[in-house]
Amino acid sequence: MDEQEKPLSLVMFSGTDDKLTAAAVLAVGAASMGRPVNLFLQYYALDAFRAGKVGVDHALSPEATAAQAPVIRSHKGQHWSELLKQAKDVGEVSIQACALSMDMFGIGREDLDPIVDGIEGVAAFMASASDGQVVFI
Amino acid sequence: MSTIQVDKTIDARGMACPGPLMALIGAIRQGQVGERFEVLSSDEGSKTDIPAWVAKAKQELVEVVPDDGYSRFIVRKAR
Repeated sequence: MDEQEKPLSLVMFSGTDDKLTAAAVLAVGAASMGRPVNLFLQYYALDAFRAGKVGVDHALSPEATAAQAPVIRSHKGQHWSELLKQAKDVGEVSIQACALSMDMFGIGREDLDPIVDGIEGVAAFMASASDGQVVFI
Repeated sequence: MSTIQVDKTIDARGMACPGPLMALIGAIRQGQVGERFEVLSSDEGSKTDIPAWVAKAKQELVEVVPDDGYSRFIVRKAR
């Protein structure tokens, strides 16, 4: 991993376990391939990162059909929070809470799970994203 | 069946993507240069992920052997 890779920046909006997992898979894949990863937690995704709430059931997106839901729930894949820990372990991963969403929901720094690195405004997030892709989930 | 000697075997069969790759990365990071690691994986994603990571991380993919319901990847820690 010698050459400087372009970052991958994920705007995490959805707070359901399927979308959080999909985002975490992208994060761990990018981190393992040497790309810096920036996660920006907004709205319902931010809520899922509150202290004590990471491991609870966050339900599934409306796209999940009645037939798919039990299949997704019983899959042996790792929890999204574990994937994010692995991503941090193998690469350069920054998890930032959106200042606007923090304000909207009245969430303070002390209310967040320790996996969250800090609170950031959108301009700072875009500065970190620089010329790498920004993905909205 | 491979005849290549390995220093460590990681049995990641049954682990979902990207588990086997992450297990390999962890083992390589803790290992010594020159050591060979064998990963057993039943995850289809490993067939593309392990070679892609090995190339990117400038490690060495010694051998990939399909077996019954899984594949055996032998990777040498080159740096």
